[in-house]
Amino acid sequence: MKAHLTRRYRFSASHRLHSAEMSAEENKTTYGKCNNPHGHGHNYTLEVTISGSVDQSTGMVCNLVDLDAVVEGEVLSRYDVQNLNTLQEFAQLVPTTENLSIEIFEILQRNFPHAHLERVRLEETMMNSFEYAGGNEPRR
Amino acid sequence: MVYLTRKAEFSASHYYHNPDFTPEENLRIFGKCNNPHGHGHNYTLEVTVKGEVDPRSGFVVDLKQLKEVMHHEVLDAMDHRFLNKEVPEFFTKIPTTENLAIAVWQRLETKLQKARLHRIRVYETPDLFVDFYGEE
Repeated sequence: MKAHLTRRYRFSASHRLHSAEMSAEENKTTYGKCNNPHGHGHNYTLEVTISGSVDQSTGMVCNLVDLDAVVEGEVLSRYDVQNLNTLQEFAQLVPTTENLSIEIFEILQRNFPHAHLERVRLEETMMNSFEYAGGNEPRR
Repeated sequence: MVYLTRKAEFSASHYYHNPDFTPEENLRIFGKCNNPHGHGHNYTLEVTVKGEVDPRSGFVVDLKQLKEVMHHEVLDAMDHRFLNKEVPEFFTKIPTTENLAIAVWQRLETKLQKARLHRIRVYETPDLFVDFYGEE
């Protein structure tokens, strides 16, 4: 039997939305308040969805201890209490939550072998959320 | 095709243990969840059904019937119970959130009138949930 498991995590980070390819006016028009040069912060909620067969001997798709270790070690330790604009992956990439979801998905895809990675979902605020499923359609 | 989701809550206790594992293996794999006295959760269950809208009633499914089926087949059996000791599926299967979602699906699958089950979602905590789509 195949099941999909989703675990939520939280981290806090700051960012500024600004593109070097745009003029100052274009940046202001495109990003509005998010272009504030001093940046601003969010309490992000991260959902990681994995899928696989339910192991008959443990009743699990994967051991949560393994999932937590990878998410904490590779994602939360990297982004929590950080300024995203200072990180190497956002040197040339605007740290929108779209781009952050893709980065996190790719980090987890490289580092989590225990089950299939279905989707990463990020809530930037209570009103905005973003999902990336590696180019596939997220399962509803 | 329209999808309808009905939520319900139930409270239950459980523990994780495989009698084929040694005590050390059970502790290593299941950690605190291996405590034989069990621990509890307030579960949230979401039942999502799908179907075409009936042109006379405007319904995908009779919600009253869906609520009754959920109560009779799932909530009456599991609410305020110790899953390992009181729910037959869990005499021989570990009551993980995965197996709980599968058990709920199997209890409801043939009991719905007109609409079909699309997804069972079980939240063990607000930060952990499992989706089962009926796939083998």
